[in-house]
Amino acid sequence: MASADHADSSAVAQVLHTIGVEDRGRLLAGLATRFHDLDLAEDVLQEAMVRALETWTRRGVPQNPQAWLMTAAKNRALDIIRSDAVKARRLAALRIESEVDEGDHRAHSADLDEELSTANIPDERLGLFFTCSHPTLKEREKIALILRFLAGLSTAEVAAVFLVDTTTMQQRIVRAKKRITTTGIPFGRPTADQLRERLPGVLRVVYLIFTQGFVPTTGTTHSRTDLQQEAITLARLLVRLLPQETEARGLLSLLLLTGSRAGARTDPAGLPVPLAEQDRGLWDSRLIAEGLSLAQTAAGEPEAGPYTVQATIAALHAEAVTYSETDWNQILVLYGILSRLEPGPVVALNRAVAVGKAKGPEDGLNALEELAADPGLADYRPFHIAHALTLREVGKPEQAERAFRSALDCPGNDAESDYIEVQIRDLLA
Amino acid sequence: MKYVLLLMGNAADADCGTDEGPDPSEFMAFDEEINTAGIVVGGFALEGPETGVRVSTRDAETVVTSGPFAESGEFVGGSYIIEVADIDEAIAWAEKSPGSSLGHIEIRPLADY
Repeated sequence: MASADHADSSAVAQVLHTIGVEDRGRLLAGLATRFHDLDLAEDVLQEAMVRALETWTRRGVPQNPQAWLMTAAKNRALDIIRSDAVKARRLAALRIESEVDEGDHRAHSADLDEELSTANIPDERLGLFFTCSHPTLKEREKIALILRFLAGLSTAEVAAVFLVDTTTMQQRIVRAKKRITTTGIPFGRPTADQLRERLPGVLRVVYLIFTQGFVPTTGTTHSRTDLQQEAITLARLLVRLLPQETEARGLLSLLLLTGSRAGARTDPAGLPVPLAEQDRGLWDSRLIAEGLSLAQTAAGEPEAGPYTVQATIAALHAEAVTYSETDWNQILVLYGILSRLEPGPVVALNRAVAVGKAKGPEDGLNALEELAADPGLADYRPFHIAHALTLREVGKPEQAERAFRSALDCPGNDAESDYIEVQIRDLLA
Repeated sequence: MKYVLLLMGNAADADCGTDEGPDPSEFMAFDEEINTAGIVVGGFALEGPETGVRVSTRDAETVVTSGPFAESGEFVGGSYIIEVADIDEAIAWAEKSPGSSLGHIEIRPLADY
């Protein structure tokens, strides 16, 4: 049923505008899953949007605009497939050729609104998450694909994330899409086995998007809340798609609790403010409340893994009213658990810092210096900063200065470099 | 889709050419399983890399050398060409093959020209 016979085009544009990132993501995932082709899905969805503007202006806005768009896009895809022998052959192999021959439904046919008003578009975004983070793809391809197709960023916006120009990103996304086709990466919902095996990989992509926003390793700024926000939205979507998965909730909790500090992590000049000196009144209490409640449930479940443990650590920071009230002994215990679940240099570093806070700077320094030979930390700026701060604390300013200079030699953002320069000046003063 | 499973060995591996690693009967059992699945469309098994003969023509001159070739460690021991739905199925077959625990298996999509 049309809601108006002749909607004016600006009203139609308005309706199309309200079909936001979320709906477009669902439509795109549905089309990509149906036709096993991201390129085709993007093209026909775009065409359907253009056609909607034209048709709805003439005939009124349908009752279920999303279903209208889905059918228009699907029919256009079938048209394209019929005229493309290579695509037809591939689709025949996917056993959907019967659909290709199934009569000539047109999106603008008169009785279609009726048919579509009850249409239910299944959410295929979980499958698309798994396709876009398939283990055969490279890390940066996964990040680009997920930002583009699940967070709904434009190619230019994804380019800004990676600090490359739009053309470069355009080519990277084209190559990644081509790899999906050439490699034969499947579309559709993962099986229970695949879910168990590959969910950590999916969660990791979202985590990496967040960390790139939390402490950018390039660029000028120390905190990119836009990226943190995208990662939180993606984690939220994963929790909605997989409400029973403990680690998905653990990840969301971790991102919320960590992201809650965004407003306090930089000073008005953009320089980083260490955790000890942050004004906790600036932490986002709404994000903290949501993060804490997620962490509490997840932590009690048998499937609790590395993200839930990290969320619990973040919860301890969030619960401390002042820095001096932080329960470092408990944090140290949790880092011990984390280093067994997910051993690695960065976890070892965080554990060493916790040793210093729980047992005193001398012990912390010993723990840090045991890690000095780890090749995974040689170029890792946070290691050298932690080392320098601890050396300063135990009264070794010359060595602290050398450690700060090593930190400057590591990759990092400009705001952080400025912070280190200030520390060096203070040491020399 | 059609994939080639290349069963790769490495001459530098301590076990290579010894009796360590999977028993020939494991290869036989896998061969039977994959053939019974009805997905094999081709394949081959090769004699050892030391039996290889290299031919190259440069400036109208043909140079023939025979193995072993000390400079190349990796070699193809055999292959299956299979037709399955997607890369995940191909990976599952590669995991099952004893070749993935002895050396490794490289999966390549067959070009569709």
